[in-house]
Amino acid sequence: MRANLIAVIATGLLLVFSTAAIANPKIQHWQAASGARVYFVENHDLPMLDVAVNFPAGSGFDSAEKAGLAALTHGLLALGSEGMSEDDVARKMADIGAQLGGHFDADRSNLSVRTLSSRAERDEALAILARVLQRPLFPEAVLAREKTRLIAALKEAETKPESIAAKAFSKAVFGWHPYGLPSSGDIASVEKLQRADLDAFYSTHYGAKAAVVALMGDISRAEAEAIAQNLTAQLPPGGASSEIPQVVVQSSASTLRIPHPATQSHILIGAPGVARSDEDYFPLYVGNYILGGGGFVSRLMQEVREKRGMAYSVYSYFVPMQQPGVFQIGLQTRKDQADEALQVVNTTLLNFIEKGVSEKELTAAKQNIINGFPLRIDSNKKILDYLSAIGFYHLPLSYMDDFPARISKVSVADISAAFRRKVNPDVMATVIVGAPEEKSKIDQLEGAGK
Amino acid sequence: MHKNLLNKLLLLVCLLPLAAQASQPEKTVFEKTLSNGLKVIVKEDHRAPVLVQQIWYRAGSMDESTGTTGIAHVLEHMMFKGTKTVPQGEFSKRIAAAGGRENAFTSYDYTAYFQQLHKDKLELAMKLESDRMHNLVLSDAELGKEIQVVMEERRMRTDDQPHGLLFEKLMAMSFQEHPYHNPIIGWMNDLKTLTAADARNWYQRWYTPNNAVLVVAGDVKASEVFAMAQRYYGKIPARTLPARKQFSEPPQMGIKRFVVKAPAELPLLVMAYHAPTLRDAEKDIMPYALDVLAGVLDGNQSARLNKTLVREQQIASSAGAGYDGTARGPSLFTLEGVPSEGVSVAELEAALREQIALIVREGISAQELARVKAQVMASEVYKRDSVFYQAMQIGQMESIGLSYHDIPQMLLKLQAVTAQQVQDAAREILKDDNLTVAVLEPQALTGKPKRVNEGAIHAR
Repeated sequence: MRANLIAVIATGLLLVFSTAAIANPKIQHWQAASGARVYFVENHDLPMLDVAVNFPAGSGFDSAEKAGLAALTHGLLALGSEGMSEDDVARKMADIGAQLGGHFDADRSNLSVRTLSSRAERDEALAILARVLQRPLFPEAVLAREKTRLIAALKEAETKPESIAAKAFSKAVFGWHPYGLPSSGDIASVEKLQRADLDAFYSTHYGAKAAVVALMGDISRAEAEAIAQNLTAQLPPGGASSEIPQVVVQSSASTLRIPHPATQSHILIGAPGVARSDEDYFPLYVGNYILGGGGFVSRLMQEVREKRGMAYSVYSYFVPMQQPGVFQIGLQTRKDQADEALQVVNTTLLNFIEKGVSEKELTAAKQNIINGFPLRIDSNKKILDYLSAIGFYHLPLSYMDDFPARISKVSVADISAAFRRKVNPDVMATVIVGAPEEKSKIDQLEGAGK
Repeated sequence: MHKNLLNKLLLLVCLLPLAAQASQPEKTVFEKTLSNGLKVIVKEDHRAPVLVQQIWYRAGSMDESTGTTGIAHVLEHMMFKGTKTVPQGEFSKRIAAAGGRENAFTSYDYTAYFQQLHKDKLELAMKLESDRMHNLVLSDAELGKEIQVVMEERRMRTDDQPHGLLFEKLMAMSFQEHPYHNPIIGWMNDLKTLTAADARNWYQRWYTPNNAVLVVAGDVKASEVFAMAQRYYGKIPARTLPARKQFSEPPQMGIKRFVVKAPAELPLLVMAYHAPTLRDAEKDIMPYALDVLAGVLDGNQSARLNKTLVREQQIASSAGAGYDGTARGPSLFTLEGVPSEGVSVAELEAALREQIALIVREGISAQELARVKAQVMASEVYKRDSVFYQAMQIGQMESIGLSYHDIPQMLLKLQAVTAQQVQDAAREILKDDNLTVAVLEPQALTGKPKRVNEGAIHAR
């Protein structure tokens, strides 16, 4: 399957614009009496409703001693509320065909529900969501069980090359910044987490004033207002700062080689990249399309896969966060050619930073990003995600409308300047899992003789 | 892997709008067969100014022969390597410049290619896709390089993934005569020896309009799509297809067990029972009953396996059930679980067996049955949020010997399943003579992953 590319292409979250019914969503925005900010698109094409509630309560608010607390709090929200056991929540949702979902990253904790918009189903689904969000109990027995399951999963992750690489890479890139913490925590920190920790984290990070409610679908404005208020009116007072500490770029490059019996080496290269609010985001996004974001046509794909057949998947991306999120290049390749592949990647990156992109490449990138806009907002689910992001990151309501212009304004010089400012090879971290150092040296010599 | 079948059936039933039950639905699916045998199906959906083109070839890994396993998938990769008039790399470049997304996938049953684009770009997609249906250039040099890519893909998905490895061996163990025995990606040894001649042979055999279904869905007009399809695909001559072999898996003569040892921390237990697939959407009962059974066991967080084994008894760290009733060949009904720390695989197996015995003895409740059906009905609405999946369900049905016309029927039949039928299905299918038990036995990594050279500075 070539399908793996899709996931890679989709990684850079873009907000976009187009011209048809669903594709030109009119965002309505207000603040609920609770203090929550609300973003709503009314659309009656399908008899369904999507709602998401977002909080600045991601793993970026964890400390090293209590790593995993934010994720566990998020994960336990739906596992027991006042008057409703975890089984009640799951069963009642299933009975009406509603789907409880969620999203969790370093900045954000998000809970969502998808339901039919018919009155009975909708009211029931939203009543459950309101209870889950505002009256969680974090029952002791459930916490103990979930900790046990999480620790088992963490032990399992320690055997998987991709997980080992991701964990080591985050730490190498972000040092002791909370973006460098494993979002699910580690075994030692999770073992120590207590119910009081979850209660406290919930009370301080799930306040109404910091909440962002996104609604998309088959309801009226008046209904949306009532729903948003009901979902947030009884949230705790909150009070924690929603600011993430400043990211500090490492002072030098590092290389970490971790042995593993797998047949492939997993290679990650990168550094802190760009913040969501940074003006460089647009040139970096367009530039990265050319470097390693644009599926089959990117330079990394051409050099590593098309020309040399060295990897199935090779990519690069920026994750724009409240603070500069990661810029990451990744690939997996047969162990004995790991160093050679790494060299190809590094040469490609250095060449990109030093020489920039051509006008022709820039034109092709803009064509793809601009012409492809409609695909990014062609469903209720996608629009809901954009509403959450616009609200959460305080982006202007016109962000989608403005986007094509922001992309088409990017010049060759802008890309060069932005990459030089934000992507410095001299401070990058490289992690190679599955390449014992001695063996790699031998391979390098053999490789040179071929 | 859990809820496999349920999800797929949900996908399959979404064609019928809910309103269809109350009133005559607006016709949104149109069909025409070109004179060269290419079946064209158009699903109109005007919510967003986008479309998807998918071409489905009725040739998958189950059509391969000994020694050339993996060729269906390798050919899929080679389809991006250029034609007589479109040089290598150009296909992807042109789709990208049009703002499109593209990819392809190979299964046991079929191979499919797709492009998602703005509604104005269908002509470009048709021009390129029709071209590579009959003008592909297959060179030894390109194949040699691409095989390396496919081997990397195999290492990534299977060789280095203990669960992937277990699944591969489970298929090989469960199916001893049916070609589902072989992995879609192919055995590594076969990949090493595949040649451009094998690829050309495969291409000539199966890539012909009379072995394909074209599905276009989105903001299009069916009449315009048909005219355009005629213009681009209509000129490609049909070729005689080789006689298709009929395969079956003879009855299993008793329980089978095996172990896979691989680097991991947690064991995995999979119990796979031979199960039938849907052949006659109107008359069959068993596949629908098995689908509901999978939903009762693992259709939601409060379904039996999670509720009982994970939450209450805490015997398992995770547990699930899966069944896919739509395929060209036979299916497996699977139970699987990861035992909790301190629980043996044997104890987990006993617990899973007890859950089945309970259903065989006492059946399922009316509420459980209603819950599964409610989820089916709701998901049918939700799936309409994706044009891509609406096209997928049409293409899949057409590629496995059923028809998209069966979809409304399947939904009705699923709604008509009784508790007694579910109980009967469990009794008939989930018995030891049908069963293969696979166990992943975790092996320590040779030496704990140690960080060598931590903090070392690497000069560039």
